[in-house]
Amino acid sequence: MKTVFQRTPTLKNCKTHYCPGCGHGIAHRLVAEAIDELDIRGKTIGIAPVGCAVLAYDYLDVDMVEVAHGRAPAVATGMKRTNPDKIIFSYQGDGDLAAIGTAEIIHAAHRGEHITVIFINNAVFGMTGGQMAPTTIVGQKTATTPKGRNITTEGHPLKVSELIASLPGAVFVERVSVSNPAQIRKAKKAIKHAFELQLNKTAGLAFVEVLSPCPTYWRMSPVKAMEWIEDEMTKVFPLGRLKDVE
Amino acid sequence: MSERVLICGNEAMGEAAVMAGVDAYFGYPITPQNEFTAYMAKRMPEEGRIFLQTESELAAINMVYGASATGKRAMTSSSSPGISLMQEGISYLAGAELPAVVVNVMRGGPGLGNIAPSQGDYFQATRGGGHGDYRTIAIGPSTVQELIDYMQLAFELADEYRTPVTILADGILGQMMEPVTFRKRKPRKLPPKDWALTGAEGRGQNIVRSLWLKEGALENHNYKLQEKYKKIEKNEVICEQYAVDDAEIVLVAYGVAARMVKAAVIKARKHGIKAGWIRPVTLWPFPTEQISKAAEDFKIFLTVEMSLGQMVDDVKLAVEGKCPVLFYGRPGGGIPGPEQILEKIKQLSITPKATAIKS
Amino acid sequence: MKTNTLHEKVIIAGFGGQGIMLAGKLLGHTAMVAGKEVTYMPSYGAEVRGGTAHCMVVIDDEPIASPMVSNPTSLIVMNKASLSKFAPRLKSGGLLIVNSSLIEKNNLKDISADIKILAVPANEIAVELGNVKAANMVALGAFLQKRKLFGSEAAANSLPKVLAKRHHKTLPVNSKALNKGAEFAKEH
Repeated sequence: MKTVFQRTPTLKNCKTHYCPGCGHGIAHRLVAEAIDELDIRGKTIGIAPVGCAVLAYDYLDVDMVEVAHGRAPAVATGMKRTNPDKIIFSYQGDGDLAAIGTAEIIHAAHRGEHITVIFINNAVFGMTGGQMAPTTIVGQKTATTPKGRNITTEGHPLKVSELIASLPGAVFVERVSVSNPAQIRKAKKAIKHAFELQLNKTAGLAFVEVLSPCPTYWRMSPVKAMEWIEDEMTKVFPLGRLKDVE
Repeated sequence: MSERVLICGNEAMGEAAVMAGVDAYFGYPITPQNEFTAYMAKRMPEEGRIFLQTESELAAINMVYGASATGKRAMTSSSSPGISLMQEGISYLAGAELPAVVVNVMRGGPGLGNIAPSQGDYFQATRGGGHGDYRTIAIGPSTVQELIDYMQLAFELADEYRTPVTILADGILGQMMEPVTFRKRKPRKLPPKDWALTGAEGRGQNIVRSLWLKEGALENHNYKLQEKYKKIEKNEVICEQYAVDDAEIVLVAYGVAARMVKAAVIKARKHGIKAGWIRPVTLWPFPTEQISKAAEDFKIFLTVEMSLGQMVDDVKLAVEGKCPVLFYGRPGGGIPGPEQILEKIKQLSITPKATAIKS
Repeated sequence: MKTNTLHEKVIIAGFGGQGIMLAGKLLGHTAMVAGKEVTYMPSYGAEVRGGTAHCMVVIDDEPIASPMVSNPTSLIVMNKASLSKFAPRLKSGGLLIVNSSLIEKNNLKDISADIKILAVPANEIAVELGNVKAANMVALGAFLQKRKLFGSEAAANSLPKVLAKRHHKTLPVNSKALNKGAEFAKEH
C-alpha cells in the first residue's frame, strides 16, 4: 500500500490537551514539519510559553524549556548568544507575547536576535478562561469585556506584526492563518522560511504571526470559528508578508 | 598571578567571574554596581565570551535562565531594586533547577531608597525571595579579596546543586578599592550537565521546566528540592569565629558589618571585656549549629547589621532561647562603626541583664 | 595605645574634574606598594561633573575595619565648598592641606587652633609646570611630605598604574607636580 500521509516524527504520537477545534494542534504540526523537513531536530531548542501551549514540549519532540510568562524572547537571546549554531525558537500566545512580554519581544527584535518566533494570535486569553487579550478585536466579548471590547476604555487591538516589522532588527515578518487548507499551506511555508533564515545565519529576527481559532472562548463551533477568522479577524489583522530579506 | 593589585570590588568580581569560567554575563545598569557591568562589557569580548546589556533586570535574569538551560555558566549582577525585579526569574531557576550566579551589591531601601551601602536584602536573599517553597545559597563576603575568592565557589555550588547562588555584597564592597591577589583554586569535581538543552541529537528529548501539573508531581518535586537543600545545609556552611569560647559577649555579623565588629571586639578585649565574634560567610545555609553550640554556655549575643534587624532572626532561631540575643544596627546607608559597636559592648558588659539597647 | 602604629584616615575633596579620585587612588596604590593595609572609597553620588567630589583613604598597619571616614586625621581640600563641608570633621591635631589658589586665607580663620594648616597654591604651581590639572598632584605631594608617609617619588612610581593609559602623556607633568608639592611643603 502506498503511504500518502504520515505523522511527521517531531510531532509526538499522543493526544493533546487542546480543546476541539483549537488551532494549536495545526500550528504544532507545521512547526514539527518545518523542523523535520529542514532536518534540524538534533540542534533545535524550543521555548514554551505560559498559556495554552505551556505543554508544547509534550507534543514537540525537541529539547525544550518552559519559561516565565512573556520572557521567551529573553530566554531565547540567552540561548542563541551562547549557542550560535543551535536553532532557537519561541512559541508564544497573544497574552504571553503581546501583553506581559511586550518589552522582551520588542527588544529581541530591536537587537536583531537570530531567533525564530511563532506568535499564535487567537484574540483571547485561553488558559485563564477567555479574558481580553491585547489582540481582542473591537466589540469582541470576553470574560473581562462582557459588553465587548470598547476602544475608549480598552483601546484598539495591538497589531504586533506591524510593530515588529517597523524594527530594523526584524528580517522577516509574515501574518498567516490556519483557517483553511490553502492558508495552512501558506502558514507552513512562512514557518519553514522563518527557520530557514536562522539556519542560513541570516542576521535578524524571523517572526510569524498565526491567526488561530479558539472556539471555546469565542463561544462558537469549530467551523464557525474558522469562518470568523476569515470574516472578522483578517479585517483587523490583514494576512500577508510584511517584511522579508531580498 | 600573585601580584597585589588595587581594585574596586565591582571590577574584582568581574575578573573573578572571568577566571571562574563564566560564559555569559547579562546586566542592566544600576548604582552602586555599574563598574561590574562596564568591566564585563570590556572583558568578556576579549575572552570571546558573551556580554549583553539588557532592556531590564527581568530580561537579564531570563537570559541567564536561557544560557544556563543550555549548560553554560551564566551570571548577572544588580543592586537591590533590580534584584527585586529578578525574583520571578530566580524562582523559575530554583524550580527548574538551573545553576546561576546573581550578585547583589545592596543599597538602601525600601523602594528606590538611596544608593548608599546597606544590608537590607538579607531576608530576600536567604528566604528564596520569590514565590514558592525554595531556598537559594547566599554568600556574604566582607573584603574585596573575598569577593574574588568566593566567586569560583559560587559557580561551583550553582553547578553542583543546580541552584541559583547569590553573592550578597553592598555599596561599600562594590565601590571600595583594596589590595588583592587573583588566585585560582583547584576546581571542584562537578556532575555532568546531562540535563542541558543541546539539541536532541542521537538521544531523547530533554525538558527544562518548573511546571508539574499531575496530581502529586509538584509535591514530589518539592520533596526532591528539600532533600537537596538539606544536603546543602549539611555540607556547605562556611562560618568564621574568634575568641568565642571564653566570651561573655558574642557578636554576630556578616559582610562589611563583620569588619566593624572584628575591630570593635579587638578594642573590647583591650578594655578587658571578654568579647568574641561569629561571622556567617554563607548566610544560607546559615551556621545554625555553630551558633547553637556557642550558646550552650551562657553568653550575650549581639547581632550587628546594616539594617534594622534581619539576620538577628536566624541568630535567635539558632540560640533557641538559651541566651539573650540583642541587636544593634543602622538602616538606609547608616554604618554601625567600630566605636559605636564598642559602646554597645561596654553597655552590655556593665549591665549584662539589659534586654534592649537604644541606638 | 601604641603611638608608632600607623592609623591614617584621609579625605580628599574638591569639585568634579579636579582629579580628586585620581589623587585618592594614587595614595592608595602607593600605600599598597609600601606594604600597608589600605582602603580607598569614592563618593558615588549622582553628580558626575562639576559637583562636589570626595574620596576616603585609610592607611593602617593593621587590617582596616571601615573604609568610611567620618573624622579624618588628614584633609586635603581643593575648593572652598569642600573646606566648609569637611574641615569641621577633622580630628584634633589633624593636618589640613588647603588649595590656596581657590581658597582665600580669611576662610581659614574659623579652623581650630590645634589643626596644622598648610596652604598650597596648587593651581599656580601646576600652571607653572604647564598643566593646571596637575594641581591635585601638587596637593598630594605636599601632603606626603608633611605626613612623611611615603616619598613623592614612590607616588610617582605608582602613577602609571592608576592613571588611565590614554592620559599617560601627562605622566611627566604629574610626577613633577608631586615633587613640586613636596618641595613646597618642605619650605613652608
